[in-house]
Amino acid sequence: MVQGRQIKEGDTILKLEDIHMSFGKVAALAGVNLEVKKGEIHSIIGPNGAGKTVMMNCINGLYKPQKGNIYLKGERVNDLRPYKRAELGLSRTFQKLELFGGMTVLDNIRLGRHIHLKSGIVSGSIYVGKTKQEEVSSRKFIEEEIIDLLEIQSIRDQSAHMLPYGLQKRVELGRALALNPELLLLDEPLAGLNLEEVEDMARFILDINEEKRWRVTCILVEHDMGVVMDISNRVNVLNFGVQITDGTPEEVQQNPAVVKAYLGEDDLYSTRR
Amino acid sequence: MTEAGIEITKDLTIPKLFVKQCRKYGKNKVAMREKEFGIWIPFTWQDYYDNVKYLALGMVSLGLKPGDKVAMIGDNRPEGLWAEMAALCAGGVAVWLFQDCMMDEVKFIIDHSDTKFFVGETQEEVDKALSIRKECPKMEWILWDDPKGMRNYHQDYLISLNKVQDLGRELDQKEPELFENLVAKGTGGDVCLLFYTSGTTSLPKGVLLSHWNMLTMGHNLMAVDPCYDTDDFVSYLPFAWIGEQMMSISCGLQVGYTVNFPEEPDTAQDNIREIGPHVMFAPPRLYEGMTRKVQVKYIDSTWIKRKIYEFATKIGYKAANLKFDKKPVTFSMKLLSWVAHAVMQKKLKDHLGLSRLRHCYTGGAAMGPDHFRFFHALGVNLKQIYGQTEIAGISVVHRDGDVKFDTVGTPIPETEVKITEEGEILSKSPSVFLGYYKNEEATAEALVDGWLHSGDRGFIDEDGHLVVFDRSKDVMTLNDGRPFSPQYLETRLKFSPFIEEAWAIGDKREFITAVMCIDYAVVGKWADDRKLNYTSYPELSQKPEVYDLIQKQIEEANKDLPGPAKINKFANLYKVFDADDEELTRTSKLRRAFVMDRYKDIVDALYSDVDVVHMDTTITYEDGREQRIKTDLRVQKL
Repeated sequence: MVQGRQIKEGDTILKLEDIHMSFGKVAALAGVNLEVKKGEIHSIIGPNGAGKTVMMNCINGLYKPQKGNIYLKGERVNDLRPYKRAELGLSRTFQKLELFGGMTVLDNIRLGRHIHLKSGIVSGSIYVGKTKQEEVSSRKFIEEEIIDLLEIQSIRDQSAHMLPYGLQKRVELGRALALNPELLLLDEPLAGLNLEEVEDMARFILDINEEKRWRVTCILVEHDMGVVMDISNRVNVLNFGVQITDGTPEEVQQNPAVVKAYLGEDDLYSTRR
Repeated sequence: MTEAGIEITKDLTIPKLFVKQCRKYGKNKVAMREKEFGIWIPFTWQDYYDNVKYLALGMVSLGLKPGDKVAMIGDNRPEGLWAEMAALCAGGVAVWLFQDCMMDEVKFIIDHSDTKFFVGETQEEVDKALSIRKECPKMEWILWDDPKGMRNYHQDYLISLNKVQDLGRELDQKEPELFENLVAKGTGGDVCLLFYTSGTTSLPKGVLLSHWNMLTMGHNLMAVDPCYDTDDFVSYLPFAWIGEQMMSISCGLQVGYTVNFPEEPDTAQDNIREIGPHVMFAPPRLYEGMTRKVQVKYIDSTWIKRKIYEFATKIGYKAANLKFDKKPVTFSMKLLSWVAHAVMQKKLKDHLGLSRLRHCYTGGAAMGPDHFRFFHALGVNLKQIYGQTEIAGISVVHRDGDVKFDTVGTPIPETEVKITEEGEILSKSPSVFLGYYKNEEATAEALVDGWLHSGDRGFIDEDGHLVVFDRSKDVMTLNDGRPFSPQYLETRLKFSPFIEEAWAIGDKREFITAVMCIDYAVVGKWADDRKLNYTSYPELSQKPEVYDLIQKQIEEANKDLPGPAKINKFANLYKVFDADDEELTRTSKLRRAFVMDRYKDIVDALYSDVDVVHMDTTITYEDGREQRIKTDLRVQKL
């Protein structure tokens, strides 16, 4: 397993340096910088097509940027495969749900634990020793930390594809948490949710960010400006692959370039239903 | 397997009985179970004792004095029961609030009851208490038990149950005799519960019940239907409902059966199935829900399964009718019943969690005869309980083998029931309450010479069974001058799986009309199957096809009714009646005067020649947000 350095609260956990990523002649990211401190909620906003998801995919390792450096916990990870980055404590959810529909909620979440299971095929096939220990501790972790946190007790044995969209989003978050991540990429976790679900989800994000047990650093890509401005420590604004600014929510809201490029003339909070 | 052989004396209190039972069973028997983190976790009587003891002492060291009120709110869980028992052991009075109470109701009850200790479960309840703290200066402490979300709460009047128990342990070390002394102090006549009735017309009234009231009630019910200490009971209905207190505390303590708590309210149905309780008491709404579930599954299943179901229910209904008519069951009928049981009923009962059920009660509101027949046809011994909070929950119950689905049964031991000349039901028993808290006027009205005036109209039939007609003030007069019970009509309508709520109107009018609330899930599924598009409840409810569907259901219910009582016109409401909108009481009874006023436009339209009513109203959500609803309601004539 790749061992990253242990880093303290307030230190840089993720750093992007001058990232360039183009598809053919379209420059999705043109020299983007980002520095995320441990313990923060760092949001990335921008209109559709601004390159937010591309940036997520670069961080996560699904895409490999043509130029620039990505440092995770001080280590350059440009050449690491996604699962290796996961071992460093990086986890994510997807804008378009990527659950295993035919599997139960519990199995989907368990899958997130896979990376922590180290026992071999022999011990696994007879269920003794290490496998048993791992299974017990894994079950305890999932039940006591994740299912209880996300309040999904009543659906744990249901197939994921039978669930309403809002609950599927929650399950996906659960799966990402099963990795026990240090850095969590949340790609539009609030899209398509109703008001009540949005409030629940925002609460969960705050819980996993603030609760001592978790203290997960979050990178949040989101269009719901109300929530973004309420819960973020810092906000990064992209527009057509170019970074406009990066600052606290107050700074971003007052930045005339942001207002012009993305938010329009309207009140920042107008996107909140 | 032992029966409850507890003798109830004037000196006995719930805490004394509690200590006695804990000594008797100790570590050898499970007092309660809670499903947590996916596993059933047992607590022995010794655990129960320890938790209650330290909690009680902790409350004492925080300043709880005998007679102080301890208000509790939260889901059913061991900690809730411990807190209540601890309050009683310390000489306090327990006040329970419904979990989903709105802020105004919480404020009213906390203020009116002079609550000193508030015990909430999670951040949500703590927030409720914090927001009313300024207006309720008598509330000194706010206790909580689930740490989730509490990380930023540091006020010095907030304390976790664990901390309270730590304080209790400290006090116990200083004064080891204190707990037992506190328990020994009380007598049966002391107030133990202050329960707020969910008035259908006015503000809630605080009912004062003594230990003696609660214990005699449990004793007399158990005399009719004995339970055993090997039995299981599932506690999932609000503790603020007297029926739940009856089963979890009064009967539970006397018998010593195991009380089981579901993981979450949402998982209750599954958890009931896992436990398979022996005894159950629930309001009709729950049985109606089960019936609906079965009916919907039936519609959805395959041809062969439907045929088997039809075959088995036919036999079931026949056997149940013989039982109702007290006719002998022939050998061939017995054989057929066994077949029906083997091929269908056994499985279905298992799915509903009713397999091991010996006694099963409904109460708190009226239940339609169709639902009653349905459960008996399934071989479930469902019986009616009649009583009020003012008589500790029960005065009349059906006896085994003597169930009549249009009656509520006969009085339990030590209970007398009589009917006044005006037809009001009066009852008298050792369980009749002490009076309303801070409301002598109402007490004088309800309690005359030891007789409790119920406000219900009814009569006693030729077999000595009590028949409850309806609330006196709800009884309608038909156009031919006969009295009629709207509740009866509504329960008949609700037997249709497509109808969740119904409201019958027509007092002193030329004909009867009704406002219907469709069941969103069932009608939604029905619409999906027919490729009808809809996006919301209001839209679905107004579809002409849905109107025709509901009309069919009404015609079915109309069949056996006399001419003037038949429903003539109806409209589908754009929402379901909700306790949060004050349309229902917390125990799901329709507040007629309120809805009559609120939906005046609809009622006017039902009695005029229009086809469409324009609605423009505002709905207030729990968190205070408002939403304006503009919609057109159609009126359909049958």
